[in-house]
Amino acid sequence: MNADLRRERAAASFQPELLTHILDGGAERTRRRKEIGEGVINDPDFQHEDLNFLSRSQRYEQAIRKSSLMVMKLREYGIADPEEIYWFKRTCLGNFIEPFGLHFSMFHKTIETQTTDAQKKKWLPLVRGVKIIGTYAQTEMGHGTHLRGLETTATYDPATQEFILNSPTVTSIKWWPGGLGKTSNHAIVLAQLYTQGQCKGLHAFIVPIRQLGTHEPLPGITVGDIGPKFGYDEMDNGYLKMDNFRIPRENMLMKYAQVEPDGTYVKPVSDKLTYGTMVFIRSLIVGDSARSLSRACTIAIRYSAVRHQSELKPGAPEPQILDYQTQQYKLFPLLATAYAFHFVGAYIKDTYHRISGDIHDGDLSELPELHALTAGLKAFTSWTANAGIEECRMACGGHGYSRCSGIPDIYVTFTPSCTYEGENTVMMLQTARFLVKSYNQVSSGQRVTGMVSYLNDLSRQRIQPQHVAGRTETVRINDPVSLVEAYKARAARLVEAAAKNLQAELNHRKSKEDAWNKTSVDLVRASEAHCHYVIVKLFTAKLSEISNAAVCAVLTELCLLYALYGISKNAGDFLQAGILTDTQITQVNQRVKELLAVIRPNAVALVDSFDFHDVHLGSVLGRYDGNVYENMFEWAKKSPLNKTEVHESFHKHLKPMQSKL
Amino acid sequence: MVLPDTTEDTQGSGLASVNPDLASERLTASFCVPRLTAVLDGGAERTRLRRAVVDVIESDPVFSRENQYFQSQNERYEAAVRKAVHVRKKMQEMGWSEDGPESVYIYRALSGDVAFLLHRVFMRSISVLGSDKQVAKWIPPATEYQLIGSYAQTELGHGTYLQGLETTAVFDISTQEFILNTPTISAMKWWPGDMGRSATHTVVFAQLYIHGKCYGVHPFIVQIRSRQDHSLCPGVIAGDIGPKMNFEHIDNGYLMLKNVRIPRENMLNKFCEVQPDGTYIRRGSQKINYFTMTSVRISLISDEVILPLMKACTIAIRYSVVRRQSKLKPGEEEAKILDYQTQQEKLLPQLAAAYAFHFINNYLHELFNRGYREIQGRNFDSLPELHAFSSGFKAMVTQYCTSGLEICLRACGGHGYSLLSGLPSLYTKILASCIYEGENTILLLQTARFLIKCFTAASAGQPVPPSVTYLAAMKPGKCPAKDKLDFLSPDIYTEAYQHAAIRLISSTAAKLQDLIQSGVERHEAWNQCTVQLVQAAKAHCHYITVKNFVETVEKLENTAGIQNIMKHLCDLFALHGIFSNAGIFLHDGYITGAQMDMVTASYLDLLGIIRKDAVPLVDAFDFTDKNLNSALGSYDGQVYQRLYDWARKAPTNKQISPAYEKYLKPLLHNKLSKL
Repeated sequence: MNADLRRERAAASFQPELLTHILDGGAERTRRRKEIGEGVINDPDFQHEDLNFLSRSQRYEQAIRKSSLMVMKLREYGIADPEEIYWFKRTCLGNFIEPFGLHFSMFHKTIETQTTDAQKKKWLPLVRGVKIIGTYAQTEMGHGTHLRGLETTATYDPATQEFILNSPTVTSIKWWPGGLGKTSNHAIVLAQLYTQGQCKGLHAFIVPIRQLGTHEPLPGITVGDIGPKFGYDEMDNGYLKMDNFRIPRENMLMKYAQVEPDGTYVKPVSDKLTYGTMVFIRSLIVGDSARSLSRACTIAIRYSAVRHQSELKPGAPEPQILDYQTQQYKLFPLLATAYAFHFVGAYIKDTYHRISGDIHDGDLSELPELHALTAGLKAFTSWTANAGIEECRMACGGHGYSRCSGIPDIYVTFTPSCTYEGENTVMMLQTARFLVKSYNQVSSGQRVTGMVSYLNDLSRQRIQPQHVAGRTETVRINDPVSLVEAYKARAARLVEAAAKNLQAELNHRKSKEDAWNKTSVDLVRASEAHCHYVIVKLFTAKLSEISNAAVCAVLTELCLLYALYGISKNAGDFLQAGILTDTQITQVNQRVKELLAVIRPNAVALVDSFDFHDVHLGSVLGRYDGNVYENMFEWAKKSPLNKTEVHESFHKHLKPMQSKL
Repeated sequence: MVLPDTTEDTQGSGLASVNPDLASERLTASFCVPRLTAVLDGGAERTRLRRAVVDVIESDPVFSRENQYFQSQNERYEAAVRKAVHVRKKMQEMGWSEDGPESVYIYRALSGDVAFLLHRVFMRSISVLGSDKQVAKWIPPATEYQLIGSYAQTELGHGTYLQGLETTAVFDISTQEFILNTPTISAMKWWPGDMGRSATHTVVFAQLYIHGKCYGVHPFIVQIRSRQDHSLCPGVIAGDIGPKMNFEHIDNGYLMLKNVRIPRENMLNKFCEVQPDGTYIRRGSQKINYFTMTSVRISLISDEVILPLMKACTIAIRYSVVRRQSKLKPGEEEAKILDYQTQQEKLLPQLAAAYAFHFINNYLHELFNRGYREIQGRNFDSLPELHAFSSGFKAMVTQYCTSGLEICLRACGGHGYSLLSGLPSLYTKILASCIYEGENTILLLQTARFLIKCFTAASAGQPVPPSVTYLAAMKPGKCPAKDKLDFLSPDIYTEAYQHAAIRLISSTAAKLQDLIQSGVERHEAWNQCTVQLVQAAKAHCHYITVKNFVETVEKLENTAGIQNIMKHLCDLFALHGIFSNAGIFLHDGYITGAQMDMVTASYLDLLGIIRKDAVPLVDAFDFTDKNLNSALGSYDGQVYQRLYDWARKAPTNKQISPAYEKYLKPLLHNKLSKL
């Protein structure tokens, strides 16, 4: 092991394993996760080759090989628990993704939840046994966010008892679904249903797209790959165009709405349940934000402990770059953020599981708030992690830019989450809608509950305006609980400001929609402040659950850093609202820098606690043993440009040029 | 839009008319677009010249970038070499010279997608660092491409800190040669462009040893490949460093040297020489070296940083008027996404920044040219200022434009992630500029060092360079704005920026002084203040950018609506900066909370005003479709048809993948055991 890293690890003030257990949710779960991971790593069938040297077609082929193998191995090992499957797949895939992903998630889930018993009986065995491979085709080239605008049509023909599917325009071509281009032979297609001459809105249909046996596209189906993207090279995101393609009536998913043989449309009972799925998927993205940022931090912090550059003290040897204040200032707030997001992700998942029982029993009372909260947190965490991963890469200097650092792969794999499953700005505005609604409830004298209950205090403050000024003295910058209050005050102020601006616009203009649009920048700010408050609150709450004193101490430092750094970066909000004075802001800025120095000795141990195996991390710079430079050289030798010593372009272009000129 | 019957569409064909949503945007421009283009080009004559060059390059199929997004690293490299060779031919044919006015437009028309860029750096370093004799020996064959050069400075373990380089060059008196070695793995040269596969020669920076004594880092010309068969020379190990986020067309390389001997004459010896008996002689000033770095930093800002942001704005803004999503009013057609305030708030500040930086780039070039004339007259006084400015602005502009470009990418929703949008490639390329030619944090700290020095001098009443005399003008005051319209007054916001810059610089200087007086060692005190120093340097650059934008607008012609729209953009750039850095302006109460609300209100109003001219403002950048190479950003706005046509050309749709027969079929037929 690299001597610098060994020294860093020896100097840690706490045991990283204990922190790992907290992140995993218990020692037993850590053990099981490691067991599954090691099973994969030691299995000779899984070659952990580096996809960076392969073409897109080759990468796709390798990904299909791995996906198929995973199906077999999961059966062989008897792994069935969703979380265990997740660990298994993460270790298999490293920085990459699998073309079957949507088969197991959306295709399977939709057939499980939206079909009749007869349909279940027909389709589920095929899906579970991977006799068919499916994907979920919703997004069209011209339509994403606004579902009602989808153009694909499914017209019922009572004569043959079939639906006729059509893509009437270029913009209606299904575009982006993963696994659609080359892999899947079925797709769930969302289309506008027409029966008896009337449009009945969006419905889902199971559509076979490729011939079983030959895998050739069926007549009437045009299907293919949408071309290269920013990452996701091994995924065949696809397009699908249908021309008078006929499917039997039974292929419409009919648990809720139905079309009878004669074409009569039977309306669905109210379906708020799809909220549940959205909450679930968005909560996964919050967890993914935490993990992706953790991986980038692991790489950047280990490398910064190995890399030496310039001089701090004249005449002394070159210091580790992690000793520079500017480097700490880039990385440690992100490290704190990664921890914060882990706890937020765990909270949402637990809350979802807690109330999903209620949902099943028809009690949807907690759902609206959770739905609004996860929308905002999905946006907040994915934006922050996205920028943070880039910051980590930049902190690795030139080598961060090489694919061998692994950070480019983490980035390109993660960054689409700012857009998929709900575009982030749209998500923030959904949260804002809930906040404004809650604010209006409070204004009209009702009380609100849950994370927005701080809005109840606003009416009290209006009666006692001196309250805000009085609070200035009470913020204690070394007390997380007091900082939670400061964030709460900021959120309350920004929600109130946005709601008031919205009202002012309404007073000026006729249309509700115009007023909303003219206030949307304020509304997004309000949502961000609300999410920020929730995160600081949840991180602070977590501290009281930690029993080990050494671990608790280091997490408290991180929590303080997270909260204070956020204040420092958003000082304008806190100053403008009179929550903090400029003297206090100066103290906050100073305290942030002190905390950097306090955290510095534990930095490597804090990323070790994330416990990423080298195979999963997929980074030469972030290797556990820190032997960076030797391995960069070994890695580079595998570059396709190095296959022959003299590249063919010498004979084709260089030599003729030199002889001619 | 009805699906036309197209089979094998190529770029442009089958797409006749301009999308009406885009056409309508062009009818209402408040200013004359060609006039603005001429302003950007520096005169209508230069616009004509640029277009003529672009036309020649783009009409030659060898320079086509049509398949770029589908090519492998190997194919990209080969294409770049081919283009580099072909461009030589083209230039001879057209009678264009290397240092003629056309050359910058050639490079832009190629979008930098060409090999041998380091060859120029190789030649420049010989011209600057070599003796007349060396120049006479090396420059003619290099000009004729009888040898291909690279520039090997960075090592695997060493970048920023030149003195830390480990490669050695030991003088052997008996043979009158230098013996070059790579003593450790971290000493391997790493990253130099054109070195992995192409270069026959390279300038190697190594620690010079004579009689066991180290004389520091010096440049040496080393041949690494045979000029006949291109095989590696004895003792040389070199190759490609593998895939990166971009620059697939460049063979960034590694180089290991084992007892490689070169003649004494191969040390570049304009400033230092080793005589045959081993005597080391230093002559002249090396300050000129700084000047080279300064000139490189300034020259990259325009082509590598501002142009990519302009392209990204063009793509994102055109797409945002073609893309319709959701409804602003019930019952109406889905709205253009540029009509959403949140979309305007993402894109329009980036557009304003692109203009602001275009003008600051002009300012830097003037500063640089003036400095160059002085230096030629052996007057080095302006060097520190030039160095500080080039460092600070390189850092500020690259950082700003990089994040701006990413905002453009993410503002295009899902389609932004397709390589066919052009945005991912622009992004992965621009972000390298934050690292190369000086890592940004290091550069900002160099600017900060200059500012602190000037501030101290100014406080003591000593003279300082004209660009920083404002540091002496510290006055306590408050912002006098009374309502939101006051914030559209350049005096008001320029003062605010100036105040913020002075406050940050003076408070950091004071903090530094306090620490030193309390007994902290100077270097440690510096390290403890670096976060603040970086912030102070950024505030200074931001202030100068705003000030320069204001002054530029004042000087613009007051016809054809040009000055008017530029004034709006200038206001937007300035107010966006205050809005997004509110804490800095509120901190000492210079701007009050109530005034900050006015800033926000004025800022949001401006978005609505500039929205109307957004498309004309990007049209004025005058990029051709081929140059943009984007399915989303073409002039005609036929986004969806083009996206579909291009996707069908993807090799993944043409080549047969063995994946089905090998893996999917056994899986589907439950014969997994055969995998």
